[in-house]
Amino acid sequence: MRIRAIALRILRQFIHDKRTMALMFIAPLLVLSLMNLVFNGDKYTPKLGLEKSMVLYADRLASLDVDITTYSDAAEGDAALRSGEIDAFIKLEAAGPKVILEGSNPAANQAVLVVLQDLFSQPEPAEAAGGLQDAPVRPEISYLYGAEEMKTIDRYGPIMIGVFVFFFVFLIAGVSLLRERTSGTLERLLSTPLQRREIVLGYVLGFGLFTVLQALLISWFSIKVLGIMMAGSFMYVLLITLLMALTALTLGTLLSAFAANELQMIQFIPLVIVPQIFLSGLFPLDTLPLWLQRLGLLTPIYYGSEALMDIMIRGKGWSAISLNVMILLGFSLLFMALNVLALRKHRRM
Amino acid sequence: MNVVHPVLSVRHVGKAFGKKEVLRDISLQVEGAETFGILGPSGSGKTTLVKLLAGIDEATTGEVRVLGTTMPKLSVLQKIGYMAQSDALYSELTAKENLEFFAALYGLKDGNRTRRIGDVMELVDLQEHLNKRVDQYSGGMKRRLSLAIALLHEPPLLLLDEPTVGIDPLLRQAIWTELKGLNRKGTTIVLTTHVMDEAGKCDRLAMIREGRLLAVDTPAGVLKAAGAASLEEAFLYYGGARP
Repeated sequence: MRIRAIALRILRQFIHDKRTMALMFIAPLLVLSLMNLVFNGDKYTPKLGLEKSMVLYADRLASLDVDITTYSDAAEGDAALRSGEIDAFIKLEAAGPKVILEGSNPAANQAVLVVLQDLFSQPEPAEAAGGLQDAPVRPEISYLYGAEEMKTIDRYGPIMIGVFVFFFVFLIAGVSLLRERTSGTLERLLSTPLQRREIVLGYVLGFGLFTVLQALLISWFSIKVLGIMMAGSFMYVLLITLLMALTALTLGTLLSAFAANELQMIQFIPLVIVPQIFLSGLFPLDTLPLWLQRLGLLTPIYYGSEALMDIMIRGKGWSAISLNVMILLGFSLLFMALNVLALRKHRRM
Repeated sequence: MNVVHPVLSVRHVGKAFGKKEVLRDISLQVEGAETFGILGPSGSGKTTLVKLLAGIDEATTGEVRVLGTTMPKLSVLQKIGYMAQSDALYSELTAKENLEFFAALYGLKDGNRTRRIGDVMELVDLQEHLNKRVDQYSGGMKRRLSLAIALLHEPPLLLLDEPTVGIDPLLRQAIWTELKGLNRKGTTIVLTTHVMDEAGKCDRLAMIREGRLLAVDTPAGVLKAAGAASLEEAFLYYGGARP
């Protein structure tokens, strides 16, 4: 009942604080809309996979700006494509060369298509085309995920949904516990028979209910209004967004213990939020030093973004995201436990 | 009301934050149904002492017993009404929402909750402002609302840290009448103050200064022992400012 009391109080505070509500609900929509207008593709070196029978093209590809891997059979190449090791796989079928694009990254798709155009507009090596035709071969092109008309926002949209939810919940939850500390209400709470874990659970419940609404609105707006690509299940998107909010909430309240005022809470943004965004997959990680890539594996946003991309672009289901769900849950539980510990500073029992 | 004797006992209590000693070897007892004043200048350790009694903080040395239980102990907190020095209120909520929140924390339910909220708001004369947001309250009104919250769950022990700061003399008079009324019903009240005239209304007084207990006695006893005409003079005498 006490947990419910805290949750109810937090909800009521939100209802009275219209501006914070607007920040939670409207600001992400504004920024997402802006990104939708602004984003353009950029230069990218595509990674191509070649079936062994197509190895003839290797020489010609070598002159183009492309990374090549050769696979002994089609199955091996398809697997590499599915796991995202390569952007496209070229194999030989009865009807001629066939190209499958991974498809989830519009910048990569574009780069692959440019390379293909260069490759197949040149005269065929005699053997490949059966030694008969002079006319350029037209490869059959298909997409594993995504589609030809996929836009840059389709790629960044899923990441940004997660990032916004994380960012706003982190800040608002952190500041709200911080204000309890500085205004003396936390001490007042601790003078009641309330247990420390009840405070933490109350926060989780109160903000949880609120972020359900936020996650619903942001996901709905992105998918229905902005028309960001959505290949998978809406419920999974909600689940991941909620888990990211939960992680952000517990991390925010935890870090607020190390901030003396609201401004110091804001100072955590460049330290905690921005690096996570850079390592979230928004920018290609392959070009980063290995230690930095590893660091990305320690950040909650990385797992959330990965799962959201799997759901929204690749249409994958539970088996693809289950590990990410567990990791996000693990982060939340860890942070919750640390929150209970951090409150020991104010009351030992 | 079943009252344990003494309600509160403090034995050789010391409190240090790091190397800074805030309280040194404090010993005192508070009997049931009395009003016990802790008098001292700001920075003397009054608030720290009250927090030890309230179970929010833990003594570095010595022992604090409240209602027969060694503190800090979670179950005892239900029996304490604590009013902090700062008005610990949620300013974006209405008075009613604040009261409902704390009532729920103390486990007051439905009808009983509504009745108690009405009672305490009448006591502090705020019943007309029940549905007003706290950020529209004046300083004195916030102080009274804090007091109302401390009284909500009818605790046998009240710990009030500077309860009447910023309250006008007329209302202060009324609040004192109410506190004395609670005394008669068996409630034990411990309060801090640095206002000498208020100290005179307590049944007994503890004077502290720089974390040390100077004297514990009735106001009259303090005056007599110090050979002083006013509490202010007596305080200076104990503090060593007057030979």
